[in-house]
Amino acid sequence: MKLFVLRIISLFSIINLFSFSSAGSSLFKTENDKDHDTVSFVSRFDADNNRCFKCHGQEKYEYTNETLGRQVNAMMCSERIIHKNDFYSSNHKSFSCTDCHSEEYVKFPHSGELRMEQKYNCIDCHGGDEKFAKYHFEEIEADYHKSTHFKMEDEGFSCWKCHNPHTYKITVRNNSNLKETIAYDNAICLNCHSNFSHFQLLTDRKEISIIEKHDWLPNQTSHFANVRCIECHTQINNNIPISHLIKSKDQAVKLCNECHSKNSILMASLYKFESKEQRRDGFFNGIILNASYVIGANRNQYLNTLSLIIFVGVIVIIGIHIILRIRKNKQNY
Amino acid sequence: MYLYPKWIRVWHLINAAMFLILIVTGISMQYTDKENASYVVGFAKAVKWHNFAAIVLVLNYIFFVTGNLLTKNGRYYRIGRKDFMSDLGKQFKYYSVGMFKGEKHPFPVTEERKFNPLQKLTYILAMYVAVPLLIISGIGLLLPEITIKTFFGVSGLILTDILHITMGFFLSIFMIIHIYTCTLGAKPTSLFWGMISGYHREE
Repeated sequence: MKLFVLRIISLFSIINLFSFSSAGSSLFKTENDKDHDTVSFVSRFDADNNRCFKCHGQEKYEYTNETLGRQVNAMMCSERIIHKNDFYSSNHKSFSCTDCHSEEYVKFPHSGELRMEQKYNCIDCHGGDEKFAKYHFEEIEADYHKSTHFKMEDEGFSCWKCHNPHTYKITVRNNSNLKETIAYDNAICLNCHSNFSHFQLLTDRKEISIIEKHDWLPNQTSHFANVRCIECHTQINNNIPISHLIKSKDQAVKLCNECHSKNSILMASLYKFESKEQRRDGFFNGIILNASYVIGANRNQYLNTLSLIIFVGVIVIIGIHIILRIRKNKQNY
Repeated sequence: MYLYPKWIRVWHLINAAMFLILIVTGISMQYTDKENASYVVGFAKAVKWHNFAAIVLVLNYIFFVTGNLLTKNGRYYRIGRKDFMSDLGKQFKYYSVGMFKGEKHPFPVTEERKFNPLQKLTYILAMYVAVPLLIISGIGLLLPEITIKTFFGVSGLILTDILHITMGFFLSIFMIIHIYTCTLGAKPTSLFWGMISGYHREE
C-alpha cells in the first residue's frame, strides 16, 4: 500500500518537475497561457528575430499559398517551436537567429535543403575561446565523450538533447532558489527519461520505468525533489562546473553514504557553488541546511560532543557505583 | 510476588528488542561515513531495519497505552503523593549513599507500589514524554513531505531530526541506566528473571 502511495506521489512529483519545462520549453501550455512578453530583456535583434517568431513562436502559423491564391493556417511542428519568452530568458538571448541559422531562412517558403543544415554543437562556439576558458569546454567535451550518452551519437544524441540552445539557461550558478534549479535540471533528464516519444528516438528499449528502477531509494519523492539526477549518475570532475560524464546505470551511486556522510559528495556537486560556507551553527556541511537536510551529512558537532560527554559521564557514574557495591559486598563477607 | 502479567512481559520484550535495533541502526545512519561504510550496519540496511523496528515499536506502544488504560497497571504511572519530591530525594539518597551503608530500601516493592519514586518519574518521562516525541518526530522523518517546512525561519526537518535524535539519545541513556538499576535487586540477576517469570523476588 505504502509503495503504491509513494508511486503516486513520485508520479505527481515528476509531473510537477515537468511543469518547470524541459530545458525551458513549455510543455503544458493552455489557451490562456499564450506567449505574452514577460521577459524584460530587449534584444538588439528583436525586429529581425520577430520575423522568425511570427511563425516559429507559436503552435499556429499562417502564410499565403500563392498556388492556391489564399491564406492558409497551419500547425507548426512542435520541434520547430521556440517560445519567445523562453528564448529571451535563455543563455543565448542576445543572439540573432541568423547568427546560427542560414541567412537564407529569411526567405519563405524555406528551401528544403536548409532543413539539412548542420547544427552547431556547444564546442563549435565555446571551444578555444578565451572568454569561456574558465568553463573548460574542452574538458566538458572530453568527459562527454566518455559518457554513456556519447555512445548514442550515431542515433542522434548531441549537446542539444540536454542543452537546447534556444531555451537552455544556466541555473545552478545564477539561481538563489535551489529547489527550482533542481527541478529545472532534473526536467532536462526527464525530458527523455520519462517521455517515451523522446526516449524512443535514441533507443530500442520499449519502456521507461524510472520510478520502479528507483524503488530501492527510500523516500523517493524527497530524493527526486531535493537532489539532481546527475548527483548519482555522473562522475564528479572538479575542473568543470557541472559533471558531464554520465555513467552507465550500473555505475550510478547506490551507496547511501556517498551523500549521507560527513564528506558528502553533494558538497562537490549540488552545493559546489556555495560550499565555501562549510559549517553553520556547528552543523557539518551546513550550507545544505539552507535548502535541505541530509541525515548523516548534517551532524551537529556541539550535539555530538555533548552526547559523548553525557554518555561517558553515565558510564563513569555506573562504574563508580559498581566499585562501591563490590567494596560493600567484600565488607559484608 | 506475581507482579508482571504476561502482556506486560511480552510488551517489554518486544519494546527492548525494537529499542536495541533502533539504537544500533540509528547510530549507523547518523555516523556511517564513506570510509567506514559499515560503521555498525550499512546505511541502506539501517534505514530498512530502523523503519521496520519503528513501526513495530509504535504498534507496541499503542498496545502498552491501551493495556494501561484497560488494566490496573496504569495506576503505577500516576504521581499522587504530595511529598513526591521528598520521596525522590530519599530514593536518590538510598542509591547514592544508603545502600552502601546497608540501609533498608525506603520504598520496597509491593503490589500497590511496583515502582520506587525515581523509577516512577523516569518511566513516566520515558514512556509518556520521550517516546511520544520520538514517535511523532520519527513519523516526520519517515514522511518528510508532511513535515512543516519552516518553523520560525528554521527548517522543520532540522528541528524534527534534532528532536528525534535527542529523544533517541536520552532514551538510550535511560536504557543503559535501566539495565544497570535492574542489577540492584536481591541478586544482580533476580530482577531480570522477574521480568521473564513474572514473579518479583523479595530483597
